[in-house]
Amino acid sequence: MPDNSNSNDGTKKPDLPPGLQSSSGENGSEDDSGGDDTKKPAGPPGAKKPSGPPSSSSGESETQNAKKPAMPPGFSGDGGPGADDGTLSRSDFQSDQDVRWCPGCGDYAILSTVQRLLPDLGVPKENFVFISGIGCSGRFPYYMDTYGMHSIHGRPPAIATGLKTSRPELDVWIVTGDGDALSIGGNHLIHVLRRNVDMQMLLFNNEIYGLTKGQYSPTSEQGKVTKSTPHGSLDRPFNPAAVALGADGAFVARSMDRDTQHMKRMMRRAHEHEGASFLEIYQNCHIFNDGAFAEFTDKDTQPERALFLEDGEPMTFDEGKKGLRLDGLSLETIDLENGRWSEDDCAVHEESNREKAHLLARIFGGSELPRPFGVIYREERPCYEDLVTEQLEAVTEERGEGDLEALLHDADTWTIG
Amino acid sequence: MPQIDTPTQTIPDATVLFAGDSGDGMQLTGSQFTLAAAYAQNDLSTLPDFPAEIRAPAGTTYGVSAFQLHFGSVDVRTPGDDADLLVAMNPAAVEVHLDRVRRGGHVLINTDAFTERSFDLADLDADPREDGTLDDYDVIEVPLTTLTREALAEFDLDKAAKGRCKNMFALGLTLWRYARPVEPAIEWLSEKFADQPEIRKANVRALKKGLHYGETTEQFAARYEVEPASLDEGTYRAIRGAEALALGLITASRKSGLQLFYGSYPITPASDILHELSKHKNFDVATFQAEDEIAAAGSALGASFGGNLGVCATSGPGIALKTETIGLAVMTELPMVIVNMQRGGPSTGLPTKPEQGDLMQALYGRNGDAPLPVVAAASPGDCFRAAYDASRIATKYMTPVIVLADNYLSSGSEPWKIPDLDELPPFEVDFAEEPNHQNGEAAFLPYLRDDDGTRPWAKPGTLDLEHRVGGLEKEYGTGDVSYDPDNHQRMTRVRADKIDSVRQEIPPTEIYGADEGELLVVSWGSTRGAVRTAVDRARKDGLAVGSAHLRHLHPLPADLEGALDRFDRYLVPEMNDGQLVRVLRAEYLRDFQPLGKVQGQPFTANEIQGGIEETLASA
Ligand code: SF4
Repeated sequence: MPDNSNSNDGTKKPDLPPGLQSSSGENGSEDDSGGDDTKKPAGPPGAKKPSGPPSSSSGESETQNAKKPAMPPGFSGDGGPGADDGTLSRSDFQSDQDVRWCPGCGDYAILSTVQRLLPDLGVPKENFVFISGIGCSGRFPYYMDTYGMHSIHGRPPAIATGLKTSRPELDVWIVTGDGDALSIGGNHLIHVLRRNVDMQMLLFNNEIYGLTKGQYSPTSEQGKVTKSTPHGSLDRPFNPAAVALGADGAFVARSMDRDTQHMKRMMRRAHEHEGASFLEIYQNCHIFNDGAFAEFTDKDTQPERALFLEDGEPMTFDEGKKGLRLDGLSLETIDLENGRWSEDDCAVHEESNREKAHLLARIFGGSELPRPFGVIYREERPCYEDLVTEQLEAVTEERGEGDLEALLHDADTWTIG
Repeated sequence: MPQIDTPTQTIPDATVLFAGDSGDGMQLTGSQFTLAAAYAQNDLSTLPDFPAEIRAPAGTTYGVSAFQLHFGSVDVRTPGDDADLLVAMNPAAVEVHLDRVRRGGHVLINTDAFTERSFDLADLDADPREDGTLDDYDVIEVPLTTLTREALAEFDLDKAAKGRCKNMFALGLTLWRYARPVEPAIEWLSEKFADQPEIRKANVRALKKGLHYGETTEQFAARYEVEPASLDEGTYRAIRGAEALALGLITASRKSGLQLFYGSYPITPASDILHELSKHKNFDVATFQAEDEIAAAGSALGASFGGNLGVCATSGPGIALKTETIGLAVMTELPMVIVNMQRGGPSTGLPTKPEQGDLMQALYGRNGDAPLPVVAAASPGDCFRAAYDASRIATKYMTPVIVLADNYLSSGSEPWKIPDLDELPPFEVDFAEEPNHQNGEAAFLPYLRDDDGTRPWAKPGTLDLEHRVGGLEKEYGTGDVSYDPDNHQRMTRVRADKIDSVRQEIPPTEIYGADEGELLVVSWGSTRGAVRTAVDRARKDGLAVGSAHLRHLHPLPADLEGALDRFDRYLVPEMNDGQLVRVLRAEYLRDFQPLGKVQGQPFTANEIQGGIEETLASA
């Protein structure tokens, strides 16, 4: 989102909801996505706790969890305090910073899901690095007790490329938004995907500029009325999954903040994938674009409007009552209950089928077809940082390790005296 | 043909200018002559001058490519004020470069290219040999193309290919005229065309024929001998600035044990550094050709965050794009080296011509108060030390450092004394390994500072030192995000003080020429050679003139003020419209006089000498 960071996230913001101005305590109950559970309870605004060894922070987190209201579905499970045996827990990944997103923001659920997932990944904690850009999503690294950089607008893929290329053993995550990745940082997005640098990119798509208080974004639907477009926006929106496929992304997936189990599974899949993993997360901006994805996330409409992809499985939705069928080169909805069609007629999802992936990605905008969630496309191909390392090693193998004295003298030389 | 015994005169120095079409191979001819002069142990300085277009239409004035070379047994500090010999491959070359030849100097022209059609292409109304243009010069007419084709009669090459060897004929003839050795060029051709024996043999034949032509023609009244220069003891090689810079970076990487990560986007004239570095991957040098200038800087900063030596190089327009990332490096206090091979600006400006127009950009071109060290190279060979020192300062003080060089330094060359690696300043890097603070429990505070005001460098992957950096203002010590007004004021000062403490790295300022007196010339960057020559001449004329050449533009050396006290007046020559002069006026509140040249050409010593005389005359 446009860089207005200085004036945001602060404490004097009259036109933002009260929760944003408060320290902990005031904002929680109205959080319908249940995301507020990362909030630390104690301490006046600005009070900081130095990061300590895992055991001590686990202890604090335990207290904190005890004070929390009931967790929303999908939020229990792997979040318990770490045992003394060195295994990691969710609380090991919670930093001491107050989380300052608006109450009800979908970002909370994403943060919480990441913090619950990381302990399971078998990666040493010190090897995780989160790199973000500018926008509401940009604050993400501050809330993670890992290495992190809150960088500049749109550039996380560039910074991550330098980091991962020079330090391949690190586990690099990019946290970005629709404005950060698809507008100001569009160039870096497509290049990091085509190069296939091994990292996970979590694209928080809320179809709005939140941090700058509500202008339409490159993913906003045409005709969007916002502060900057009182008569409706004119631009055709970007289709993130199609952009990622167009840039030859090797892993393209979609999930939603409201389904933390699915989100966690997608993050895990993204992490497992060796290469650039692009995960678009439909994220509700409670303040400026509330309900943008309601048709896909609400209980009433989700069955008919969302299709959850599984590799090798027929594409069905609405609790198996409907399916998607390949009609020539297009997809169509078929009714599996009227006796004419059965599951056998449905197209089978193949994650590694590029053509099908394009068809799925094109289900967008006003399409009548259900919006696909899950891994849309996945392909194994060499990672950029491995190619770089291999080339360095091959040249060194061929020529031997560089001899600096010899290099300095590698020309016609003459000696005086 | 009988060999003519042309008399040989020994001269202290000479300046030769090769000029022709972009396709005539003038850069190659010039660099081969340079190699021969270096081989003969002359001191030397070169100035390649080529058009922005890759292959401009043949015969046009805007397609002229030139290479000027000054070599001598004496101290050679500039590519020469006036050429003694212009080798002109066509009329356009005469038209563009004749004013660089001293009156009475020699102009060797390829008569085959002096046709009606080529006069048209060069927009000339008449043959310059006939309209008086060349009256003040000693013209040597040689049908270079014809002679070359004749020499290659028996070769199995087409007419065009044979004609292309004429630059080697011209080189051979010029080498003969200055009694420089021909062996380096033969060796180079043999390597270059190892896989194309016919072309190799043809070029060598043309080269030798040029030499023989000199021996047998009566067109030259004299040939010249330039004795070896008395350089300091040591082993030398000829080096271009881009090469020296790359070697300086590799040396910094080796001495520090940091991997060199070079992020770059192609831009004239900085690409030569990328080309050079990418050849040396066996020195653990990772080069990354990014999607744009911004990504080049971002990738370098990402590598630095990872505990490597992150470097990027570009030119003015690229710096403009990297500005935000440099600001992030200031705020996150991460090391990074940014090289600016300055070219004529603003905007795309003069892509292939040198200028010093980006000083203000380097010093101040960021949002907010964002000071950083700025180091400028003074000569092609000096690019080595500038790169080395910048890398050292960047990591020691955890800051981005800008290295200013220019197109003249990048592609110009000089003899370079190969440094003794043990004599370079030590370059050690200490990474944070453990928590640095006790607050009930052990903690790592990323913005806790040492005595120099520098924060610790903790690499991702280090146990227990997890921390976040970013572009938002940081709380003193903890590095947490802070919007506190007093903290912002304090941190602004802390960042500035840290950069000021780089002053302790600056060696004493050398005053060249008079140590006190009427006038101090204060200069920076590639003007050093011309300034020193001008100071020498002024002193010969009895003027008490000295010069202080600044390697460090920020912070400025602590002892400069003392030097200023010893002089009455100050002259600041720059290849811009007055930038350092403004900085100095603001810093020292004295009457510094500007001397600006903004022509895409370096200063000649004459011009600076003129400036000195004028300033003193107006006293
Ligand atoms: S995305 Fe919307 S709801 Fe979330 S923090 Fe930003 S403005 Fe608030």
